[in-house]
Amino acid sequence: MTKLPSFTRRHFLQTSALGAAAAIAGPGALRSAQAADLTVGFIYVGPKDDYGYNQAHAEGAAVVKALSGVTVVEEENVPETVDVQKTMESMINLDGASLLFPTSFGYFDPHMLAVAAKYPKVQFRHCGGLWQKDKNPDNTGSYFGYIFQGQYLNGITAAYATKTKKIGFVAAKPIPQVVQNINAFLLGARSVDPAITCQVIFTGEWSLAVKEAEATNALVDQGVDVITCHVDSPKVVVQTAAGRGAFVCGYHANQSPLAPEKYLTGAEWAWGNVYTDFVKKAQAGEKLGNFVRGGLKDGFVKMSPLGPGVSAEARTRFESTLATMKAGGFTVFKGGQKDNKGNVVIPAGKDYAEDAIELESMNYLVDGVAGSMG
Amino acid sequence: MTHSQAPSQKGQSAPLLGAESAASERRGLRPLAEWLARRAEPLAITLLAILIGLGLFSLFILAIGKSPLQLFQLMYAGGFGSWFSLQNALSRAAPLLLTALCVALPARLGLTIIGAEGALVLGGLAAAALAVPLAPGLSPPVLWLVMGLISMLAGGIWIGFAGALKHYRGVNETISSLLLAYIAIALMNHLIEGPLRDPASLNKPSTMLLPAIDMIGKIPGMDVHWGLAVGVIACIISYIVIEWTSIGFAARIAGGNMRAAQIQGLPVGRLIVGFTVLAGGFAGLAGMIEVAAVQGSANGALVAGYGYTGILVAFLARQNPLAIIPVAIFLGGITASGGLIQRRMGLPDATVLVLQGTLFVVILFCETLYGRFRVFNPELWKQPDLSKGDR
Repeated sequence: MTKLPSFTRRHFLQTSALGAAAAIAGPGALRSAQAADLTVGFIYVGPKDDYGYNQAHAEGAAVVKALSGVTVVEEENVPETVDVQKTMESMINLDGASLLFPTSFGYFDPHMLAVAAKYPKVQFRHCGGLWQKDKNPDNTGSYFGYIFQGQYLNGITAAYATKTKKIGFVAAKPIPQVVQNINAFLLGARSVDPAITCQVIFTGEWSLAVKEAEATNALVDQGVDVITCHVDSPKVVVQTAAGRGAFVCGYHANQSPLAPEKYLTGAEWAWGNVYTDFVKKAQAGEKLGNFVRGGLKDGFVKMSPLGPGVSAEARTRFESTLATMKAGGFTVFKGGQKDNKGNVVIPAGKDYAEDAIELESMNYLVDGVAGSMG
Repeated sequence: MTHSQAPSQKGQSAPLLGAESAASERRGLRPLAEWLARRAEPLAITLLAILIGLGLFSLFILAIGKSPLQLFQLMYAGGFGSWFSLQNALSRAAPLLLTALCVALPARLGLTIIGAEGALVLGGLAAAALAVPLAPGLSPPVLWLVMGLISMLAGGIWIGFAGALKHYRGVNETISSLLLAYIAIALMNHLIEGPLRDPASLNKPSTMLLPAIDMIGKIPGMDVHWGLAVGVIACIISYIVIEWTSIGFAARIAGGNMRAAQIQGLPVGRLIVGFTVLAGGFAGLAGMIEVAAVQGSANGALVAGYGYTGILVAFLARQNPLAIIPVAIFLGGITASGGLIQRRMGLPDATVLVLQGTLFVVILFCETLYGRFRVFNPELWKQPDLSKGDR
């Protein structure tokens, strides 16, 4: 604990009175201190240090903070209710923010759209790819990344690490973004060894530590020995799996500090690049993109450094695939794919590139994934 | 702090009041003085508790090396200091008014219901599910009325079930209402991911969107939706029911001593079920307002913790429906300023939760002060102040 300054009641009353006087002077006085800069606001749905979704965005915000002429304001644990609308307005009115990044998926409709309609001069960019040209105003936009490419690479390292040929996935909700990752993870593994299967367990919530731990334990009990996940904070899954002796592949951010021996690699967001690009454009007075997407090639997504559990053979395969993806033109979802009920879900001869519209509504688990979408 | 202030207040006010009360008795003002004194007691003790709580919280802020002065300044600026900030506080207070009633009404019967979250979620879900097929045929005000009634019915059944379990089967209402909340949330998740899902809500499962024309708007001249007015009216109605009607009187008797009320022939069972149904109805209505004024559909964002913050509001308001109004606005302001505190001082979000928790504990602790101050307790006025170390 830090040293306490001397503190008496009289002193407290004096300073409180001063405080009240200063407060009456109002937010205008507070605001003028930071007028010249571009003020950028970041809003997170959970804690900034969750080793997951929110940390990935906060790391991006930290990159922006280091740029000159930029003031960054951040707020964490903001629910997807009227609270986030008021947080956005508060950042605009009290902090003078002119570019906002509300990062949670559920902030878009109706919250961000409602505030954007009210403040047409403020720019809003939302993480998730929901923006539609004809429907949504020009001061709003979306950015998102093809992170399933990273899950495919996770799958490659998993295939070399597994002995039981059973890998596992702890998933939040059976929605397209999550299902893409599950399928890509298995397809990556099967590109190495077609005998591998993947068991998936849905917890039903983005953040539900108890169920995530239960799911991880259940997977290990079934003989799964490499686990990855798509929940807001992979911390519990990574620690539980490593504690049970299974290997783990990360997601959202780098979780290797949580399990240095068992961490193979991880699919991470590289939001720092994306945010820097937006902010530089805003500073230069250029028009910001309304619909920005990218993958490994575009620097939207990156991989964690390979851990000690990755063999030399696995490393070679991982690096060559990564290089192909970075060069562009690598297809994860290829034609002739069947789902786990035996139906052909991707017609033969029709590959889906990462930006294919069909991927946006993926509602099947591919052949080899054990589990059901409910 | 409690220890040093209590005697000093007593010492100052007791002799003064002795003289005053004698004088007022002559002028026949005694009843008025008594009335004022009784009304002033909860106000004074609550304010004292808030001051103590803020003092303790300042120590906490000093301990982590930040300035409490700056913090309170930001709290004022962010929650109350400007028209924008005040509206921010009012917007956040709106759902709390109704969820706090869900706790306060049964509390007057001696029941501790903590499952408002479930009633809110089901109320919102029921309103959203039925509104979409009804919307084309009804004008917006009629639609809102129907949605409101449906949501109150859904929430009322849910909490009323906890009340009925208590009365007829002896199941602890605190536990059952909490567990029912989990069931309600699971039920909503199942329905919005299955039968009630809008196929367009790919990555955020939701019910069908309410048409824009059927959304509840803002109160004219304010950036706050009508839910605030509904909440205030509900608080006033609840106050009237509890304080001024024979039903409310019976409920308070039952809350004081359930057994005695039964012996007196009061319909305890009907009171319990009725009050829990009404309480759940208010929480359900909060859900409908979230859907119709904010979200536009029922989805996972309904589970925002309003039901649980309502418990805090109800206890801080000492289960008095009228007191819920200022307390909810106060807490709304604290939450509203929480963002500014995070942004300007780099303090974690939990700071505001620490403050809320500190206030909660201090206010509960200060419950023990009731009846201890001569100034607020007319029955103590008559006793001659003979001893020096009197009680």
